[in-house]
Amino acid sequence: MLDMTGRGSRREALKTLGIAGAVGALGLFRPRPARAADKLVIGVIYVGPRDDYGYNQAQAQAAAAIKKMPGVTVVEQEKVPETTDVQKTMASMIEQDGATLLFPTSFGYFDPHILRMAERYAKVRFAHCGGLWTEGKHPKNVGSYFGYIDECQYLNGVVAGHTSKTKKLGFIAAKPIPQVLRNINAFTLGARSVDPKITTQLIITGDWSLPVKEAEAAQSLIDQGVDVLTCHVDSPKVVVETAERRGVFVCGYHANQATLAPKGYLTGAEWNWLTPYTMHVKDAQAGKPLVNFLRGGLKEGFVKTSAYGRAVSEAARKNADGVKARMMEGDFVIFKGPLKDNTSKTVIDAGVSQKQTDVVLEQMAYLVEGVIGKV
Amino acid sequence: MTRQERGAAAEAVVLPVAALAAAMVLFGLFVAALNQNPLEVYALIYRGAFASAFSWQNTLVRAAPLILTALCVALPAQVGLMMIGGEGALVLGGLAAAVIGHFLGGAAPLAVELAMAAGAMAVGAAWIGLAGALRHYRGVNETISSLLLTYIAIAVFNHLVEGLLRDPASLNKPSTMPIGEANMLGHLPGLDVHWGLGFGVIFCVAMYVLVARTTVGFALRIVGGSGRAARLAGLPVGGLVLAACGLGGAAAGLAGMVEVAAVHGTANASLIAGYGYGGILIAFIARQQPLAIVPVAVLVGGISASGGMLQRRLDLPDATVLVLQGVAFMVILASEALYGRLKIFRPAA
Repeated sequence: MLDMTGRGSRREALKTLGIAGAVGALGLFRPRPARAADKLVIGVIYVGPRDDYGYNQAQAQAAAAIKKMPGVTVVEQEKVPETTDVQKTMASMIEQDGATLLFPTSFGYFDPHILRMAERYAKVRFAHCGGLWTEGKHPKNVGSYFGYIDECQYLNGVVAGHTSKTKKLGFIAAKPIPQVLRNINAFTLGARSVDPKITTQLIITGDWSLPVKEAEAAQSLIDQGVDVLTCHVDSPKVVVETAERRGVFVCGYHANQATLAPKGYLTGAEWNWLTPYTMHVKDAQAGKPLVNFLRGGLKEGFVKTSAYGRAVSEAARKNADGVKARMMEGDFVIFKGPLKDNTSKTVIDAGVSQKQTDVVLEQMAYLVEGVIGKV
Repeated sequence: MTRQERGAAAEAVVLPVAALAAAMVLFGLFVAALNQNPLEVYALIYRGAFASAFSWQNTLVRAAPLILTALCVALPAQVGLMMIGGEGALVLGGLAAAVIGHFLGGAAPLAVELAMAAGAMAVGAAWIGLAGALRHYRGVNETISSLLLTYIAIAVFNHLVEGLLRDPASLNKPSTMPIGEANMLGHLPGLDVHWGLGFGVIFCVAMYVLVARTTVGFALRIVGGSGRAARLAGLPVGGLVLAACGLGGAAAGLAGMVEVAAVHGTANASLIAGYGYGGILIAFIARQQPLAIVPVAVLVGGISASGGMLQRRLDLPDATVLVLQGVAFMVILASEALYGRLKIFRPAA
């Protein structure tokens, strides 16, 4: 870059001198190092803004909490796309900040980005949110953590079922993938456990963050008579706000959105990432091997429900609390036979119980009876 | 070089550098208002983007796709068209590359890679060529049509990736079948930067030669100056318009192929990362000059690389980088008004 040989004009020489001078001057101001000899440096990477009232905020809340743990330094970077950008961001945290434990939080960071970096930096721990790690296929310095949030979605459904007067619920979803379908189905099963006449009208927007489409979908569902909305998109903000403005009820997702809808917010399915974050941080500090496969539901503290809003009736609270207690005991199964999909095909035979840990659930490709929509 | 030429050359270097310096001062005031020490911020920007081999490679990797997508704006601009649909050509080019890569999977890697590149470039060329043809033959505004075509391209892309072409094993992240590790493009020798950078630089140099040093390029610029004059001079205006659009689209399609073949190994929604739109900015700052695209893209790559440093060390939000980028580009564009107006660059003959 600074090769200016063979161009001996005075101007060029002056320019070179100028650049050299500037570089020298910059060197005098040594930036604060993130690295400290005895501290564990942790890097957290988000695909969107940290204050999105959704997926990223749920992760950022955990990051903010582990910052307070002794001997820990946290460096964060937001709005990092799932391209080579995230590879370079991971490498920068490792090379420039001295990070040895990374939480690259977006689902799409895993393959190929985390796998590439894990190969190159074999001594660094990569804890990925989403549950893709497979024994024998993926490196040992990579781990997955994820939560059974469909438990909270089921509870959302119970509360929604009690609250709805029109018996029409609305669900706005990003993509028809197994994780999302499982939430839609759990929500609907919860609601129909209260009243089997209830239906869930589904709208799929096509992508994780499409605020305009999400608002339009919410408006159109409300126009069709839906009086309780929920969603599975990166930021539930516009759905929650639209519901509040139109005077209908709403169940939250990812994080707590109660402040956005003081009148209509019923409850919500929230992540509690502090649990897996703390486990990974403690293991790293103790030098124990990385736990590659980390999962849990309400019982294990990986997910939680938002506090009930004002509009939630006594009967709804009682019913939902009862189911929640059984989930905490570990004897409640959401997906059990006989279960039919919305084309009347049997998807789980009578007598079959698919517990949370059952991997069949992770290939879900159907919508249960009562959902109006198509995969 | 005559004195006038030297004056013009000096102007072309001094003005942007001075504009950049002015932008840095403005940005310094901005961060000072946020209670940060501007000198520390400058030092971090420099460290993040250019201080070491690591940061240089970080910068170059970010610049690579933008070089190609900027050409998708700069080449149609030679014939006076303002195409902003590079994103569409990129995603469809990437999709074509992924499909070709999968179906030719077992052949010799070099042949597979060439076929992927050729297919992606052909699809990209056809896509932008379509907007050019709509403009030339039907009078449809190319800026609007290329933008709308991008939405169509993304919809078609998602439809195919989540439907017909979906790899059944890609459960929660719908993707096409992988092209296979053997067919992946490697890194540039000695660098941790993939071949996309090499392709971009070669493409820019070739386009510079074409535009500035050949009769075809001269003809393109005549069409850009005045289509009617070009027609009166007997130039095949339609063919030249389609050629310029096709070349631009081919560059964006190639960017899509690089994303698939050097980064993702498959086509999925991660391809829709906004590189097509990033290229528009770069082409304008480079004043639609193919050679100038390379340093401008490196500058943008550097800003983006150092943005991470600012976030991590000073806890500044990502938006800070957008402020820096915005300030830098506004000042550079404003400085264009000064070209030809400063006496020091206009020595009396």
